[in-house]
Parts: sequence; C-alpha cells; structure tokens
Amino acid sequence: MEINQSNVETTIEDPNFLPKKKSPRLERVKSLMVKLVTNKMSLVGGIIVLIYFVAAVFAPWIAPYDPLGIDLPNKLQPPTADHWMGTDDKGRDILSRIIYGSRLSLTVGVVSVLIGAFFGIALGLISGYYGKFVDTVIMRIIDVLLAFPGILLALAIISALGPDLINVMIAVGIFSVPTFARIVRGSTMTLKKVEYIDAIKALGASDFRIIFLHILPNIMSPIIVQGTLRLATAILTAAGLSFLGMGAQPPSPEWGAMLSDGRTFLWSAPHVATFPGLAIAIIVIAFNLLGDGLRDALDPRMKN
Amino acid sequence: MVTSTKKQPLLKVTNLKQYFPIKGGIFSRTVNHVKAVDDVSFTVYEGETLSIVGESGCGKSTTGRSILRLENPTSGEVRFNNINLLDLTKREMRAARKDIQVIFQDPFASLNPRQTVGRIIEEAMEILTDMPREKRLDRVKELLQQVGLRPEYAYRYPHEFSGGQRQRIGIARALATNPKLIICDEAVSALDVSVQAQVLNLLKKLQKQYNLTYLFISHDLGVVRHISDRVMVMYLGKVVEIGEKKDIFDHPQHPYTKALLSAIPEPDRTKRKERVILKGDVPSPINPPTGCRFHTRCPFATEYCKQNEPTIEQVGDKTNRVACFYAEELS
Repeated sequence: MEINQSNVETTIEDPNFLPKKKSPRLERVKSLMVKLVTNKMSLVGGIIVLIYFVAAVFAPWIAPYDPLGIDLPNKLQPPTADHWMGTDDKGRDILSRIIYGSRLSLTVGVVSVLIGAFFGIALGLISGYYGKFVDTVIMRIIDVLLAFPGILLALAIISALGPDLINVMIAVGIFSVPTFARIVRGSTMTLKKVEYIDAIKALGASDFRIIFLHILPNIMSPIIVQGTLRLATAILTAAGLSFLGMGAQPPSPEWGAMLSDGRTFLWSAPHVATFPGLAIAIIVIAFNLLGDGLRDALDPRMKN
Repeated sequence: MVTSTKKQPLLKVTNLKQYFPIKGGIFSRTVNHVKAVDDVSFTVYEGETLSIVGESGCGKSTTGRSILRLENPTSGEVRFNNINLLDLTKREMRAARKDIQVIFQDPFASLNPRQTVGRIIEEAMEILTDMPREKRLDRVKELLQQVGLRPEYAYRYPHEFSGGQRQRIGIARALATNPKLIICDEAVSALDVSVQAQVLNLLKKLQKQYNLTYLFISHDLGVVRHISDRVMVMYLGKVVEIGEKKDIFDHPQHPYTKALLSAIPEPDRTKRKERVILKGDVPSPINPPTGCRFHTRCPFATEYCKQNEPTIEQVGDKTNRVACFYAEELS
C-alpha cells in the first residue's frame, strides 16, 4: 500500500516513473517465509514436519534395524542403548518401525488430501462459479457427506471396499472433499464479483479460462492452509482406521496398527503403545501449528 | 440533434429493460424484481461521447453492463452496427466483443494481480484475434506507449503501479483489439483529481486518433462536462433528459436535471444560482412510484404526474428531449 501511495504523487509529474522491479511471486514467498519463521509456533511445526519428511525419505539409511526383522529372544525390551524405543512383542525395533511408518502415514496423508483437494476444488469451483441450480445440487450432496461423522463415513467406505491402505486413502480423501468444496465455493463466489473477472468476461473468455486462469490462482491461499490442516486430520483418521484393523495389515509398520498391537501389553510394556502414539500426536500437532501459522501469514488482514 | 444527425448511429439501444429477480420463501420463488433499468432507449453516434449521468443506483452502470452482456437483459434491443447483440449466441457475441470494450472504475480491482501487465493486455488479443504470439508482444509495447507508459512495463505486475498508471493499463487492454466503442464505467471516478485530468486528456487524444466512440458513465458532472458531446440523465432506471452537452448544462429542462446541475460548485460568486435541494431519498427500484418516477421528490409535481407516466419528448428549440409533462412551462 505504501508503494502505491508514493507512486501516486510521482505520477502527477511523470507517468513514466519506473518503480523498482519486483517479482511478486518471489516476493510473496519471501515475505511468507519471514512471517512463518518469526511466528514461533509455526516455526516449531515446520521443523517437526521437515524432520518427519526427512525420516520418511531417508528411512533405509536412518533406521538402525530392519522394521520387519523378528528377534524373539529380545521381545518386549524396554528402551535401551541398542533399542532407543525398545522392541515389540516380536522383538522388532520400535524406532525403526516408527521411521518406516512415517513413510506410510505421510503418503496416506498427502495422497488422501490430494484426492480430497482435487474433487473438492473441482466441485467448489463449479458450484461457486455457476451458482443457482448446480450450486444447490452440489451443496446438498456436500451437506449429506458432512452429516456423517468423519470416521464413520470412512469406516463405511472401507467396509465397502475392503481393508487396505489404498482404500484408506480413498476413504479419507472422500471425507476431505466437503471442507475443500465449501472453502473453494466461498472464495469463488467472492472473486466472481471482482472487476477483473468482469473485464475478462467482456473479452468473451471461456468459462474454462476464467475459472482456471483467473479464479483458481487467486484462491490458492485458503486452499493451501486447508490442505495443511487437513493433512493432520487425514493422518489421524488413517491411523484410527488401522488401529481398528481397517487399514494397513500386519506386519506393516503403520503407527495406528502398532498402537493396536501395543494395546495388549499396555501394563507390562507400555513403551510399545506409547511411542507410536507419540509419533501420531506430534505430527498432528506439528501440521496444525504449521497450518495455523500459514493462515495467519497468508491472511491479508494480518499484514502490518 | 443538430450536429449528430450527420453521423452514423453506432449503437442503438431500444426499450432496454434489466430486472433482477429477488428470490424469497422456502422454494426460492421470484417474489419481486429490482427494476434497475426500465425501458431505456438511446442512440450513440459514431465518434461521439455520450455520457450517462445520475446518482448511485439509477441504473447507469447496469445499462453499460447490459450492453456488454455482462448481465442478461430482460428485454429490449441493443443494436450495434445494426446487429442486435442480445440475439447473438455466446460465440457470435465474441466476434462483436472485438468492437466493444470496457474500462472499469476501480483500477485496483480491474487487473488480475497474478498476471503481468503484458499478459493482461495480451490476453485480450489472444481471445479475440488470431494474431501470432510474437506480434502480440510488439503490439503490447506499442499500446503501452500509446497510453503514455513505458514498453518495459509489460514485464511488471499491477501492484507495482499507481492508480493512474493502472487505469492507463486498463485503457491499453481496452484498446488492444481496435474497438469502435468503449464503455467507460466510471473510468476516472476512483482517481485523484490531477490524475483524472491526465486520464481524461488521454481518452480524448485516443478518441481523436482512432475515431473511438465513448459511452461515458459517470456521476461526476465536472468530468462529464469536460469530455461529453451529448449527455443523458437517468433517474431510477429511466431516462429523464438527453441532449447536446451545451443544451443540457446551459438550458436544463427537467426538474431533476436542474437539481443535479445546481449541485456543481460555482467558484464565481456572481454566477452562482439558487441551489435546488431535493427532499427525501431515491425511492426503491423494487416498487418504483407510479406515474412519473420523480414525482415523490419533484417540487413541481401535480396529481397528474402521480397518475401518468411522461414519455420523452423534444421540448423547445434546443436539442433536449425531456420526460416531463411541464417541461415547457418550467423552462
């Protein structure tokens, strides 16, 4: 805003005043980063998320043991120098299983959010842009989806498709659709009335061009924020489904499934359930912190 | 219309109506209509500037938007070069859009913040012409120079510019397809007065250079006086008076026009006229008054005005055409 103010004065003498060259995308990313780093909560969230992603990518190099390697003589060991998080009832190293598990959980989270975002954005754009009858029909369908409690909907979908990690992604993706659809619809409806959309309409642009070249790029901020927050929910739901035996099947090192395994030894060997539980809790909190930080950083009203 | 008759009519609007439905009830039935533009007819001649003036909500912007088919007019005809635009399909309309362009009010809202200036101007050509890509960039630079900006600005983004500069970019976009008619919807209202003058002079220069026709929508009478050839005054969705600029400003016939013009500040004390202050508010366009729409606020209204709707007639020896029963007596 200050830039514009000073330019107005310059314009009066010289309409050719050359403002300093700035690429808005680079500048936006830069200012976003600064805001995220200065906000302590989002900085912590971001660092934790980064650690998880590094662990997932470099799992074979980081993990001290084979996550599936059974070592019965050493079963149910409490945390020691050899096994930092102890071993489970089959003697498998819990730390290694958690590190490999991050691959599963993050994949499930990202893929299901992508599924949800894809359909949610498409429905939201159509609904918000065309309005009227189309909007009514789509929004009623979304309302029906929203009326189900998330985990119940996912359970229903899984029982129809069969227990498998791929199906978990589909189920969690479907139940993410309504939130994306609603957010995109609202933003689209606001943006539809802005003058530059009218300007491009006056040029006879196709609906496709208006929606994908002019509306979508301008509503990315709320989508990114929602996507980040949604990752936490997706990971939590996926773990919940695996805990109930509806997702990853043994022996895969899925955190929810590990939590379920540890349940039996909760009194004798509490570490078996504690560490996977902590892994889930920490990543969920981290994504929430990052999402909240992003929301604040991207909110134009929060600009100082 | 002493001088205008020699010119060719470019745009002829006949009985244009634009009603917006108001939905209500559980089944969202249409319970009523906002009669934004109600039976408006006028002609714009080639090469002239016709201004539409009136207070907010009188339907002047909606008229412009209806001509561009940004709204779907309820009924009427918009003949451009003798083709009724309202009959055209979306595809046929695209061909016509090349000739009709628009400049918007808010220079901060009318440019997509994620596109470079060059992209914004180029997109008009991309959609409406089959000019090859390399030529388009040359044309963008040429257009930027035409509107008094540097060609290098093509690579910059809108947020780097001031309001006046942005409005020049908007003008360059409107010019990109070599249009015949440009609808200026409050094109300078959002600018500082000094920048306003610059932009108005630019519009005048371009008009001369390209033989452009302007439909200039504004509430600012000072601006209208500067740029218009003819002026049309609207009130509550209706035309109340239309005529040559000189005749409208010097010899207004309709009581509403008189009230409107008396609101222009006059720096010369000796020339100051009595200010006509209207009572009350503009009635709602949902249920407009019966008879003459101005009768609720008109100082001269009679019982007859409440019952009958005046048609627009030529009055006196001037070019003014007025929708008032008592225009002759009042003038």
